Amino acid sequence: MSETVPPATAAKVKGFNCPQCGAAVALRGFEHTLTVVCVQCLSVLDAKDPNYQVLQTFQERERIRPLIPLGSRGKLHGTVYEVIGFQERTIHVDGMPYSWHEYLLFNPFQGFRYLSQYHGHWNDINTVRSVPEPAPTGGKPGVRLLGETYRHFQSATAETTFVMGEFPWQVRVGDKAAVQDFIAPPRLLSAETTESETVWSLGEYLSGARVWDAFQLPESPPPATGVFANQPSPYPGRLRRTWVMCLILLGVLLNLAILISALAGKEEVFRQSYRHPRELGTEAAFVTSVFDLPGRPSSVELSIDTDLRNDSAYFSFALINEATGQAWDFGRQVTHSGGGKARDRALVPTVPPGRYYLRVEPELLSRSGFLNYELLLRRDVPAAAFYWIAALLLVVPPVFVGIGAVSFEKSRWQESDYGESSAASEDEEEDEE
Amino acid sequence: MKTANCPNCGARIDFRWSSAVQTVCAYCRSVLVRHDVDLERVGQVGDLPPDSSPIQIAAEGLYRQKPFVVVGRILYEYERGGWNEWHLIFSDSSSGWLSDAQAEYAVSFLSPEQGSALPPAESVHRGTKFQWNGVQYEVSSLTRARYRGVEGELPFQYWNKEEVLFADLRGGDGRFATIDYSEANPLLFLGEAVQFEDLRLKNLRQFEGWS
Repeated sequence: MSETVPPATAAKVKGFNCPQCGAAVALRGFEHTLTVVCVQCLSVLDAKDPNYQVLQTFQERERIRPLIPLGSRGKLHGTVYEVIGFQERTIHVDGMPYSWHEYLLFNPFQGFRYLSQYHGHWNDINTVRSVPEPAPTGGKPGVRLLGETYRHFQSATAETTFVMGEFPWQVRVGDKAAVQDFIAPPRLLSAETTESETVWSLGEYLSGARVWDAFQLPESPPPATGVFANQPSPYPGRLRRTWVMCLILLGVLLNLAILISALAGKEEVFRQSYRHPRELGTEAAFVTSVFDLPGRPSSVELSIDTDLRNDSAYFSFALINEATGQAWDFGRQVTHSGGGKARDRALVPTVPPGRYYLRVEPELLSRSGFLNYELLLRRDVPAAAFYWIAALLLVVPPVFVGIGAVSFEKSRWQESDYGESSAASEDEEEDEE
Repeated sequence: MKTANCPNCGARIDFRWSSAVQTVCAYCRSVLVRHDVDLERVGQVGDLPPDSSPIQIAAEGLYRQKPFVVVGRILYEYERGGWNEWHLIFSDSSSGWLSDAQAEYAVSFLSPEQGSALPPAESVHRGTKFQWNGVQYEVSSLTRARYRGVEGELPFQYWNKEEVLFADLRGGDGRFATIDYSEANPLLFLGEAVQFEDLRLKNLRQFEGWS
């Protein structure tokens, strides 16, 4: 897009002197131009009249400086266009004015197209010569054009509030048109209805940088603020990427878990069956025989396997080092309800090697009958909890991006006819520098 | 190419199309109607007002793989500007129209449905729907145009008209229809919007400073 564009001054620009103020008025749109607005005094003139009759004048008017000067040439879609007209249009929502700028672009072979600008958001607009079909979606009005469904965004009356340069139609400040906007980001389909007809146009979202590049404008474009109706959300791509990354890492984690689990010794160090109560009248608590935890420090898993039937038992354990007396206290509630066997497991991480015994204190909820159970100790058992925590952490980024995506769409629709309270949320002022 | 001489000024008239009914002498602007071998001068047209269409007589292009040459034109004007109906002759000698309204282009053809098969002007309003060749069209506007002039070869006698009423209808996919109420028997043209570059036009008018 950054090819050099031949300057408009290569040819003598046709023109005349404004009958109102005498300033030079350029005619760049050939015979297509019906009305031309003097850049000096802003009088609207009849371009088809031999005397360039004055159609509208203004005592005092605030001037608006177009960001792309009239007469600039730029290349869009491989075609050179010249800016020949500029207008500001305004809608009122809940009494608040919202203004945007429209640049009329011309090429003698390809005809006219438009650029619109609102708060640093640009659209590249062309008229549509097919009639979109009504296609309501989810109870909201919508239209269909060329296989794409557009959702209704906003209906308003647009008033022309400032004009400059040339127009191939009869333009006046104060012109009004009923505008309906439908969106399928990055596209925006608009219907403008006047007394005589409805004209549809299709816009595509454009960044300020693209416009600056196309027209070789100095400095940098004004930054875009807020979310525009048809601004493409950056999130769907980002969301897909973070999910893909998340799934890859989850896969790695799963493989790692399988690998570690396969490599883990899961070496049995103690196994014994017991009966509770052991003898009537004795204390429930007892200690097991001493067993050896060999090798390096590793996790120790205790499995409790019971024959509970519709009952519950609570086990208090202490894993005690015979030599040092260091103890790991933990408890487990084992419950049986419905089918299957009542069993549970407990994992003690990083226990140093040495000779150990278990202190066990079972308690039967029903306090009657007998309980048969087996205790099994294995060392070097990988901790599943670590993997669950890691998996959970991996899911955090896509969840956050997902929340971002939802709030982006919320900001978009906030500005529509379907926003929550368009009056309360709007405190921005119009930027007309 | 058939040639003849203008009965008014004697200039040579070249016919690009053997079935031309009317042509305009490029020199004296006499409107000439063909009767077998003779040319009858039926009137004169004024100078055409300046316009900015990039199309001109003898421009060549392609529509749906069929080459055409521009042989004539009718120029209309209405309250929102003017437009041209360029008369096209295709390689198979058939005739069509390329309209150019402010550099928006459309190609259309005369439909065999005409006269009483078409709705009378007073029954056509914005929003009225009609169906031709299985395509539904909706009236988008009624245009009262002024005839501004003719140039070149046309398939019928057409000159010196006053006001002309057109009903413009739109269908899906860029299709459109126009009912021409300028004659007692209305004519129907069916066509579609086309992109300038798709027509692959050659021999175009040049604009200074633009290439």
